[in-house]
Amino acid sequence: MAGYIFRRLLQALPVLVGTTFLIYFMVFAMPGDPLLALFGDKTPNPAVLERLREQYHLDQPFIVQYFLYLGGILRGDFGTSFSGEPVTDILARTFPVTIRLALMALFIEFVLGVLIGLISGLRKGKLFDASALVISLILISLPIFVIAFVAQFIFGIQLGWARTTVSAGAPIQDLILPAFVLASITFAQIVRLTRSSVIETQSLDFVRTAYGKGLSRRRIIPVHILRNSLIPVVTYAATDFGVLLVGATVTEGIFNVPGVGRTLYQAIIRGEGPTVVSFVTVMVLIYLVVNLVVDLLYGLLDPRIRYVK
Amino acid sequence: MTDVTNQKPLLEIKDLQVGFKTTEGVVPAVRGVDLTLMPGQTLAIVGESGSGKSTTAHAIINLLPGPGRITGGSIMFDGQELTSYSQKKMEEVRGRQIGFVPQDPMSNLNPVWSIGFQVEETIRANGIATGRKAVREHAIQVLKEAGLADADKRLKQFPHQFSGGMRQRVLIGIGLSSRPKLLIADEPTSALDVTVQRKILDHLETLTRDIGTAVLFITHDLGLAAERAEQLVVMYKGRIVEAGPSKEILQNPVHPYTQRLVAAAPSLASRRIQSGTAATPTHSLSDLDYAPTTVTESVDLIAAAEERLEQVPKGPSLAKRPDAIVVKDLTKVYNIRGQGKGKASELIASDNVSFSVAKGTTTALVGESGSGKSTVAKMILRLEDPTSGSIMIDGVDVAPLKGRPLLDLRRRMQPVFQDPYGSLDPLRNIGNTIGEPLQVHKVGDRTARRERVLELLDQVALPQNLITRYPNELSGGQRQRVAIARALALKPDIVVLDEAVSALDVLVQAQILKLLADLQAELELTYLFITHDLAVVRVIADNVCVMQRGRIVEAASTDQVFDSPQEQYTKELLNAIPGAGITLGV
Amino acid sequence: MSNNPPTPTPKHFVAPLEETPLVAIDAVNVGERKSNLWIDAWRDMRRRPMFWISAAIILLVVVVALFPNLFSQIDPRECVLSNSNGAPTGAHLLGFNKQGCDVFSRIIHGTSTSLSVGIIVVILTTVLGILFGAFAGFYGGWLDSILSRAGDIFFSIPYILAAVVIMSVFSAYRNVFVIALAIGIFAWPSTARVLRAEILRVKNADFVMASRALGVSNFKILLRHVLPNSIAPVIVVTTISLGAAIVAEATLSFLGVGLPNTTMSWGNDISAAQTDLRTAPQTLIYPSIALSVTVLAFIMMGEVVRDALDPKARAQR
Repeated sequence: MAGYIFRRLLQALPVLVGTTFLIYFMVFAMPGDPLLALFGDKTPNPAVLERLREQYHLDQPFIVQYFLYLGGILRGDFGTSFSGEPVTDILARTFPVTIRLALMALFIEFVLGVLIGLISGLRKGKLFDASALVISLILISLPIFVIAFVAQFIFGIQLGWARTTVSAGAPIQDLILPAFVLASITFAQIVRLTRSSVIETQSLDFVRTAYGKGLSRRRIIPVHILRNSLIPVVTYAATDFGVLLVGATVTEGIFNVPGVGRTLYQAIIRGEGPTVVSFVTVMVLIYLVVNLVVDLLYGLLDPRIRYVK
Repeated sequence: MTDVTNQKPLLEIKDLQVGFKTTEGVVPAVRGVDLTLMPGQTLAIVGESGSGKSTTAHAIINLLPGPGRITGGSIMFDGQELTSYSQKKMEEVRGRQIGFVPQDPMSNLNPVWSIGFQVEETIRANGIATGRKAVREHAIQVLKEAGLADADKRLKQFPHQFSGGMRQRVLIGIGLSSRPKLLIADEPTSALDVTVQRKILDHLETLTRDIGTAVLFITHDLGLAAERAEQLVVMYKGRIVEAGPSKEILQNPVHPYTQRLVAAAPSLASRRIQSGTAATPTHSLSDLDYAPTTVTESVDLIAAAEERLEQVPKGPSLAKRPDAIVVKDLTKVYNIRGQGKGKASELIASDNVSFSVAKGTTTALVGESGSGKSTVAKMILRLEDPTSGSIMIDGVDVAPLKGRPLLDLRRRMQPVFQDPYGSLDPLRNIGNTIGEPLQVHKVGDRTARRERVLELLDQVALPQNLITRYPNELSGGQRQRVAIARALALKPDIVVLDEAVSALDVLVQAQILKLLADLQAELELTYLFITHDLAVVRVIADNVCVMQRGRIVEAASTDQVFDSPQEQYTKELLNAIPGAGITLGV
Repeated sequence: MSNNPPTPTPKHFVAPLEETPLVAIDAVNVGERKSNLWIDAWRDMRRRPMFWISAAIILLVVVVALFPNLFSQIDPRECVLSNSNGAPTGAHLLGFNKQGCDVFSRIIHGTSTSLSVGIIVVILTTVLGILFGAFAGFYGGWLDSILSRAGDIFFSIPYILAAVVIMSVFSAYRNVFVIALAIGIFAWPSTARVLRAEILRVKNADFVMASRALGVSNFKILLRHVLPNSIAPVIVVTTISLGAAIVAEATLSFLGVGLPNTTMSWGNDISAAQTDLRTAPQTLIYPSIALSVTVLAFIMMGEVVRDALDPKARAQR
């Protein structure tokens, strides 16, 4: 297992360098003044421009710039935001809120998604299965901001069950609605994936052999069917964490959740290019770390991965 | 078929009907099967794929897949009517009273749980032992019994760390762990190498005899069935066509279908040749006038083999023929990326292999999985580059050939591969598939190519209207015939048959072997026949090379190898041919 | 039946031949209809209502995008502020938005934006995906390592976030092509991965070996045998990703880094309407419905195609 972790960490290194380089390249290798481009039609304050020039080492050759920037990231320095506040300070303030929201959403999508997918798969072709399939298909087709607005409209405005915007401090009860919205898309995918995975696993030889051994259905479903069906679901969840990040940006923006996503959302809306770049970088790093963690988890789930190769 | 005994039957099946629900209604798979099995007895159900043999076995403990249902009849087991049992009551029967050993050891253990976990859960579920320690100890005992010496160390390992044979031992251990009165063994060793198969079946026999367990044995191999069971039941299209004592059925098959099977089974054929019964075709099929006569008549393997031999002396005798292939010191070394930190290891797949094949003859390269036989074939076909050594085709070393000369070589040497479902491009029609060689080598114009394709279809006894059809409309045997037609399209001298008949049912296999023999005689082909099945070799090959771990351990004429094998390994292989212990002869 | 003999002597039973008459071994049955993957898939699809429903919606969307004037004679740019957030009237089926423009007409005229972004993205991702996936999977070795690593890097930046950065940098050049490029340039690795996996499966088939033994060149084998047999899952992914690309465009426009306000697009309309959710929900709901139904049609089509092309998926219905 230690070897496996080591290899995974080693493999993550070029991806880290590659992604940060790609972002940096997109922003700063373009002809013309990258900073002016980043501000679009706005004319930034010369003092701000000067500070940013210094921060991004724009007086240096491109490749040197990049490594200085990468060095900054590795030291935890993501620069300062438009307002002059260090990005790390903003993160310290907003991250706990986002984590709270994300954990709630993950709980909803995983627990509910896997459960509904499992029931659906075990009762293939029945009413429950058919409804789950239709509902999940519709959920997948709805863009997250549409879901957010519909939820706001129905539960916030029409029914008055929830606040349309989250109050300061982001208490748990205020986060329930945004968490459901955030969870909805990946939830639908997890339902469908779990379902097809369960159906496939059910027909595998070792399940028949488990019945032949005299095991009861109550034992076979969790131990042999569900356990094996989770492997592709976890793989999917990791790669689709990006959808969750974008979703968090939109959801936090719409529900005014004071998290990392809203900061990015507002920076985008206001056209504060440099801040956008910093926060996108932060999100990509989060994505990398989550994928790494899931990869390691995957090793736990599937012994063939752990020992072979 | 009621038996009158002093004992009550352990299992008595009467008029069993099983159907599969489809959108077009219920398709019957088992149509009125009667079976009686006495305590401690062994009974084998033999049949081809689709005969309903496995379905019958699965129906007993209700392991039928989703759409399968018992639609009629009764299954009495030890005083219980199993057809009336609920899923819940059936759980009590499975494992405890009736053990089950499945077919493919690779797919029948859950890959994410350790071996120990999977044995222990069985012990717990069947109430054999309770308490952590007792269960563990019992699990070790079960695995030891199954023939895993270091069982206590292996409990924590996962299925992928076990070889196929070891996994099958685990499955047998699980099946017998609660000392059931009946064990259902569904092709328990078909996926294993013959020598492993033999060891495992011997072990199973000893175990069940000691425990006194009756065995219901499902197999497609008539020789294996007769060797392992006192009683034989032959199934065909969901019905029993013949049943009775094994030896009697083998020696005196009455039903024409059984006669077909006996005539076509390679394991029995090699036995029959040895015991000299070949000359008396008691069950020659040609005179069964009620068998429907079609292009695809039944084949007697021995008759085919003799016919082949008769045709050979027409040319110069074997010894005087020039060599078509001479392989010298052929070596292939693979570098395998090492397990763990950068350790690279070498795998010698072929180790100084030398042999020759005379023009117009067949040499068989025999070996178990991993013996390197396919690597040698691929090097001769120039699909793999040899590490060292030479391959002379008609006196020219072809190992270093490139470009045009290599393309010319390919015209003269063509392969037929094993997997009937992978050997044809599923998106190209049969005409295009057979015509591809002509197209690639720019032979003739469009009409000439079409003519040639039609001619080839005739040669392999396929109707011409298949030319616009696609592979998935054909059976495995028919696909292999198409593959043979493709191989023959360029009129090659040499055909390399890499397990070309191994995946086919016996009757179809016999048919293809006969076709190959006829084509060889007609077109003076040289065959290099790669197989794991020594039994088939007897009826098709003139010379045999036995390979083990990348080396040729014995090379001689077929008769010499079968009659007086020199090497221990060859003897083992010969002994492992199912049915080797049966005396035939009328 | 009679008295018990000491040992059981099982009878030799032979079934009458009439019961199971022998048939010829491996007789060829040439069916009435031809059958291969594509023929069977088409036969399967055309029996499913879901196929016809999604096909009809897609067709409608395409026709609306090409000939918007057939569906609405009202000029979407002719806005009267006094109609701001006005309720539907006879000629104005869905009412007015904040600027007093006709909502229905704006939806009709915004269709081509969504569809063209979707199509350009899909062309881009499919071309890049096939190039990277096919070469990586088929040739393997160091080429695979390089191409797959490159794919991993692009895959590790969620494509909407990447597009946000690109669109921020190219704020001066926001048009349909730039936005499609911004989405597509980071969305191709999923297509490449799917194709690579499929090619790894197909390239070891015996028919590939047989062609090699005929002397067919590697590249021709890839084109003639391997690619056609690996393309089915790519078609499924492509259909679904067309829907996803439309969502991506709408999301970027919604965030204000998509198309400029002057371009009519569903995303822009939804974005502009969000502040009026309480007072005039119809200005937000109708473009959202248009967007969602279009996306649903592509995703449904993808599912139908998957069911038809993948025997495993078919068995799960």
